[in-house]
Amino acid sequence: MAFDYDKYLRPGKLPHIWCPGCGHGIVLKGLLRAIDACELEKNRTAIVSGIGCASRLPGYVDFNTLHTAHGRAAAFATGIKMAQPDMNVLVVGGDGDGVAIGGNHFIHACRRNIDMTYVLMNNFIYGMTGGQFSPCTPTGDKASTTPYGNPDPTFDISKLAIGAGATFVARTTAYHATQIDKLIAEGIRHKGMAIIEVLDDCPTTYGRRNKFRSVVDMMKRFKELAVPVAKAATMSKEELDGKIVTGILHREERPEYCEQYAEVIKRAQNL
Amino acid sequence: MAKKVALLQGNEACAYGALYAGCSFFGGYPITPSTEVAEVLAKELPKTGGKFIQMEDEIAAMASVLGAALTGAKALTASSGPGISLKQELIGYACIAEIPCVIVNVMRGGPSTGMPTGPSQSDIMQARWGTHGDHAAIAVAPASCQEIFSETVRAFNLAETYRMPVQVLLDEINGHMRERIELPEPGELEILDRQAPPVSPEQYLPFDPSFGDVPPLAAFGSEYRFHVTGLNKAADGFPTTKARLVDAEERRQIRKVEANRDKIEKNEEYMVDDAEVVIVAIGTISRSARHAVTELRKQGRKVGMFRPITLWPFPEQRIAELAGQVKAIIVPEMNLGQMILEVERVIKGACDLHGIGRVDGEPISPFQIMDKVKEVY
Amino acid sequence: MSKRYEIRFSGAGGQGLITAGIILAEAASIVEDQYAVQSQSYGPEARGGASKSEVIISDGPIDYPKATLVDACLALTQEAADKYVDTIKPGGLLLLDTDFVKKPPAGDFKIYRFPIINTAKNDIGRAIVANVVALGAMVALTGIVKRESGEKAVLRRVPEAFVELNKKAYNTGYERVKALLD
Repeated sequence: MAFDYDKYLRPGKLPHIWCPGCGHGIVLKGLLRAIDACELEKNRTAIVSGIGCASRLPGYVDFNTLHTAHGRAAAFATGIKMAQPDMNVLVVGGDGDGVAIGGNHFIHACRRNIDMTYVLMNNFIYGMTGGQFSPCTPTGDKASTTPYGNPDPTFDISKLAIGAGATFVARTTAYHATQIDKLIAEGIRHKGMAIIEVLDDCPTTYGRRNKFRSVVDMMKRFKELAVPVAKAATMSKEELDGKIVTGILHREERPEYCEQYAEVIKRAQNL
Repeated sequence: MAKKVALLQGNEACAYGALYAGCSFFGGYPITPSTEVAEVLAKELPKTGGKFIQMEDEIAAMASVLGAALTGAKALTASSGPGISLKQELIGYACIAEIPCVIVNVMRGGPSTGMPTGPSQSDIMQARWGTHGDHAAIAVAPASCQEIFSETVRAFNLAETYRMPVQVLLDEINGHMRERIELPEPGELEILDRQAPPVSPEQYLPFDPSFGDVPPLAAFGSEYRFHVTGLNKAADGFPTTKARLVDAEERRQIRKVEANRDKIEKNEEYMVDDAEVVIVAIGTISRSARHAVTELRKQGRKVGMFRPITLWPFPEQRIAELAGQVKAIIVPEMNLGQMILEVERVIKGACDLHGIGRVDGEPISPFQIMDKVKEVY
Repeated sequence: MSKRYEIRFSGAGGQGLITAGIILAEAASIVEDQYAVQSQSYGPEARGGASKSEVIISDGPIDYPKATLVDACLALTQEAADKYVDTIKPGGLLLLDTDFVKKPPAGDFKIYRFPIINTAKNDIGRAIVANVVALGAMVALTGIVKRESGEKAVLRRVPEAFVELNKKAYNTGYERVKALLD
């Protein structure tokens, strides 16, 4: 039976703002399937975002939804989770929002290992403002503010998350639609900070400047470059150069922040 | 039974006032001279089951407060000039999304890093206009430790009543000085709590103007699910660019304060009835002014003091009335002329106006004010 | 107008002078029924540097919370003595540490001296209670609160294990100045 997305979509809020060919819709559908698989209760679930194309996602879905300021989603979400540790808290957003202007909040949310699931749609560009380069734009690529090619090195978001202390880190691409929901669901079930990086396509502001003739070309590249994590383990560094390692990249158990604070409360009250 | 008394710092009194008001969340970042507010709450909040979090920066601290407030918590942050500058982004968010919260600003010298351990009142205009865009503002400026306690409680009540951020302005002097305060018993001061919307979740719109200028705010996690955005929005909380709806929303948000000035404003008047000169001062400097008035009265000079306890909205009407009855108004303030601009705007030339500004890290003394009174009158 | 009395404790950061001021303010406004405001100023360094703590005590509400003309001043270091004596009221009182203020400042005030820090170190056995010795001394010098009120205020702040030590420190300071006055 086909999945009933309408169950989670707010009536009257579609069509969305995303361009034809944008991968954000694929991620939205994956997110809803994951939420359904985890049986999250709507009233007890908050979805928080910052600013950007991907950050418009919460407006379309029927939960407690919070479209905050640019980069601040993880910090707002931390306040919600601390105040209501029993709520399910998810964060969605893009690469510029998450690791440029929101970079500090991102790494500290990872460090705290607070129990939330952050789905970061990395399309290598600031789409909403018309295609300026982000910390994830590949070096040498064109953007409206790198007309001679991007001189900046890039962030590897998943590595950043692992380094900062996130206890569940996974990566996939918009091409791997059926993997998206499985990884998000794993992230939701994981106790602690879960980062799911989804490499995503922006045909309008990234693809057309960087010699992708169509959305299909962009998807084909994801398909060709993706290497499952198990296979990657058998490959050399040289072989992996330029590849996209997909799957669960990191998983560990470490005390979760709200549980740690519950201990603080116990200690304070036993004085 | 004897009253519970304690010798408390202004910053400590502020923290205990917040607890009395029912604050259950504090998100902060260390900064002089406000840190004691955080230190007291780090110790006391978990005892009550409340939450204290020290965030990675000032912006995050403000964000965490707004996230917690949306779940129904009474939430507080405290900072000082450089931190308050950083928080402006999300103070604006609290304005447009109408999220109740309290922000304490223990004012220090500026601009920028300025003088961390020096007192100042140079954030008077920032408290009104610090964040971009049109917005209403409420700020209170207590003078004594006892009043810091009670005005912090009132700030929470105002935040809940008008569904907006409220600032408590202290300064390095009254934030750090210690005075005996009587701790009120539970029930002694009025506490206003957020009420669940009087309609069913199906009928609920988070910005529904049919409730009046202050629509009720439901809590995330309750059966009311809703959307919050920093974009201009319609009554249902979803973004809109429809001119009529945007205009109506913006005007309602200004009106909710303007139309309730009489309920929000709070002033103190000291010997103004027959005064020919009135000193308008807030916070610590109002204490210098009162000292000066007492001394000058002994010398037979008809001088009084007017003290806005609610600084914003500014007590326009009463100051205009006083201007019509006195020869001169003197505005001493620990900045180079901010509140005086507001007084000037309000009195429309009805009397003489003189300022005393000081930004060297020392307070304006009673003698400076007395000298000024003698100089001009 | 109520009677306003201003006291300053000055020395170096880390000498416990702010605590001494707080205890005196508590003695006046919590133990006794007077009004008090305590305030301080210090540099950014947590230890060292010139530090002062001021207490204003009155029989009525206190408006201006900072010192104007100080009735009685304590200085535990030469730097503090040199820096802070200029706002002592004509004819006011100045208590100095004999060992650490070798050059008593000149001015229109009555100077009293005894080795405050070394009294704490040698007679009481702990240099850390020098501030409590100084507090007892200032209470004796000024008479602004009763001897028992000061002692009560000290004990309110002291853990059980240090009660005797602090009692001894406070009363030694008190007696040393009493002897100077007699």
